[in-house]
Amino acid sequence: MKAFFSFIRKEFRHIFRDKRTILIVLVMPVVQIVLFGFAVSTEVHDARVDVVGDAADPAVRRIVEQIDRNPYLHVAAVYPSVGDVAGRMRKGDTDVAVCFERGYDGRLQHDGGASVRVLGDGSDPNTAQMIVNYVNGVLQDTEAAAFPRVQYMYNPSVLSSYNFVPGVMGLILMLVCSMMTAISIVREKENGTMELLLVSPVRPVGVIISKAIPYLALSLVNLATILLLSRFVLGVPLRGSLLLLLFVSALFILASLGLGLLISVISSTQKTALLISGMGLTMPTMIFSGIIFPCESMPVVLQYFSDIIPAKWYIIMVKKVMIEGVGFAYIYPELLMLLMMTVFLLVVSVRLFKRRL
Amino acid sequence: MATIEIDRVCKSYGAVQALNEVSLSVEPGEIYGLIGPDGAGKTTLFRILVTLLVPDRGSARIEGYDVVRDYRTIRSRIGYMPGRFSLYQDLTVAENLDFFATMFGTSVAENYENIREIYAQIEPFRDRRAGKLSGGMKQKLALCCALVHRPTVLFLDEPTTGVDAVSRKDFWNMLYRIRDAGVTMLVSTPYMDEASLCDRISLIQKGRIIETGTPAGIVAKYPHRLFGVSGMPAYPLLKYLRQCPGVLRCFSFGSEHHVAVDPARTSTEHLQATLEQAGFRQVVVREISASIEDCFMELAKEDQ
Repeated sequence: MKAFFSFIRKEFRHIFRDKRTILIVLVMPVVQIVLFGFAVSTEVHDARVDVVGDAADPAVRRIVEQIDRNPYLHVAAVYPSVGDVAGRMRKGDTDVAVCFERGYDGRLQHDGGASVRVLGDGSDPNTAQMIVNYVNGVLQDTEAAAFPRVQYMYNPSVLSSYNFVPGVMGLILMLVCSMMTAISIVREKENGTMELLLVSPVRPVGVIISKAIPYLALSLVNLATILLLSRFVLGVPLRGSLLLLLFVSALFILASLGLGLLISVISSTQKTALLISGMGLTMPTMIFSGIIFPCESMPVVLQYFSDIIPAKWYIIMVKKVMIEGVGFAYIYPELLMLLMMTVFLLVVSVRLFKRRL
Repeated sequence: MATIEIDRVCKSYGAVQALNEVSLSVEPGEIYGLIGPDGAGKTTLFRILVTLLVPDRGSARIEGYDVVRDYRTIRSRIGYMPGRFSLYQDLTVAENLDFFATMFGTSVAENYENIREIYAQIEPFRDRRAGKLSGGMKQKLALCCALVHRPTVLFLDEPTTGVDAVSRKDFWNMLYRIRDAGVTMLVSTPYMDEASLCDRISLIQKGRIIETGTPAGIVAKYPHRLFGVSGMPAYPLLKYLRQCPGVLRCFSFGSEHHVAVDPARTSTEHLQATLEQAGFRQVVVREISASIEDCFMELAKEDQ
C-alpha cells in the first residue's frame, strides 16, 4: 500500500514538473472550450442583407424594419432592380438578397400570397445556409401564412456551443487519458526505468493502476472545469442529473485509460505513442464521433466504423443528459455499449501488458 | 551451492544468436566479471538473470531459484543496475532513492546503514534533480537505489561506462566494501583493464564464453612471449611488423604495438635491428607481460 501511494506521488511529480504536460492536461481544455465556444462557432453575426423591391411598399418596409431589428442581420441597401444583386455580391458588399415582386403589399392583401425570392451566396454554402435560415425566420414571423413555423426544441436559438461542449468534453477526456497515460508508460520504457520497475516486486497491475490514477484525477478536474465554463461562460444548460453525467464520464475515462494502455503496449517510443494517439485516436474521434460531421450523412461503411469509437457513444449520452435532460432510461443502450467497450479495452490491455521485457 | 548458476543458456533475436550455450557459476561473496566488447551478449545474459527475458534453451538459477519459474522470489532478492542510467531524471536524488526503497517494501531510514558510505557522497546534492548530476554521481545514485533494499545478489551491467578514471576507481572501492558485507556481484564491463579488479572473470565474445578463471590464471595461460614495440611512423610500423618473420600477432595498444612472437625465431634485439634497418625512427622494443586484453585478443583470434 505504501509502495502504491509512493508510486502515485511520483506520477504527480512527473506531471507537475513537466511544463508541456501541464499545458496539455490543464490549460488545453480551457483554451479549447473557449475557442469552440467563441471563435470557432458556426453562427453568423451581423450578416448584410440587400432588399430588392419597392421601398415605398408598406409590407416591404415592415420586413426591412424586422430584418434590421434581428441581432444577426442588418439591411445594407435597398434598391429596385434585381440586376444589381450579382454585382454587389461579387464585390463582397452583401451576403444575401431578399427580392420582393412588384406590388408586393397589394398582392399580399388581395390574392392572399405574394412571391419572395431569397438569393444566398453559394460559394460559401455553410454560411449561406445559415444566413438564409435567419432571413427565412424573419419572413416567417411577418408572413405567417406562407411558411411553416419551425422551432428547435432544447436549443431554441440553435447555438453551436450546445453541440461543441459535449464534443470537446469527449475529445479532451479522450486525449488526456489515452495520450498522457500511453506517453507516461512509454516514457518509462524509453528511459529504461520500466526495467527497474519490472525487476521490483511490484506487480504489473500495480504499475498500471498507479499510472492511471493521477490521470483519472486530472480528468475529473478537467471535467469540472469544462462543465463550469460551459455553464457559466457559454451558457450551456445542464438539464439532466449531474450524478448521471459524472457516472457516464467516469466510464468514458476508464475506456480512454484502456485505450492508452493498449497504445503503450504496442509502441516502444514516445513518438510512436504520440503518433498513434494523434492519428489513431484524435482524428477518428473528431471525424467520426459526430462533433463536426453528422454520422447519419456518412456512407454506411463509415457509419459502422463510427460505432466502434467510444467517444461517439459518450457524446450522444452527454447531449442527451445535458441538453435534453433525460434520465438513465433513455441512455442505457449507449451506456451498455460504452460499458462493453470499457471492459474489453481494460481486460485486453492489462492482459497484453508484459511482465518481462 | 553456487549463488548464480547458468547452464547452457541460449537466446536468439530472430536470426542473431545473442547467447550460445553460455554456462558459468558464481560463488557466494565474489565479484564476478563478465568481460567482452559491445554486442557480445552481456546485457542479454543480465536480462535473463534478472528475470526480464526468458532463455530459449538452458536454465539459470539464482540462490537456487529458477529465473523462469521463481521469477517473483528472485525479483525481491536481487539488486539490478542497468547499463544505461535508468532513474527518474526529473526527480531529485532523495526522491529517487525514496521511491525505489518503497517499491521494495522498505524505507531509506531502515537501510541507511547499508548505503551510508556511498550515499554520504551524494547526500549534499539530495535536492538536485537526478538529470543534473555528473556521470559519476549518477552511477553512485543508481548503485544506492540498487542497494537500498539489501539485496543478496547484485547485478551491475556496465556500471563504469562513461565514467571518468577517478570516479571508476572510487566506484570499484565501493564494490569491494559491498562485497565485504557479503553481497555477491556479477559485473559486466567492456574495459579490459577492469578485469583484474574482479575475483574471477569470464571472457565473452559473440555470445560465447571463451575463457573463465581468475584474472591472474588467465594471464598465466597466455601461450606466447610478448613484446611492446613503439616507433615512428606508427601505422606503417604495425603493417611492417605483421609480415616480420617470427611475429605471430600484432595489435595496436595506444602508443605501443603488442607483438606476440615465436622466441625461437626472433628476439628483442633482433626485432629492434630489423625495424631500424627498415627505416623506422625512435624504435623501442621491450619484453612485456600479457594483460587480459592480450589474452582476449588471442582467444578471440583462436575462436574465429
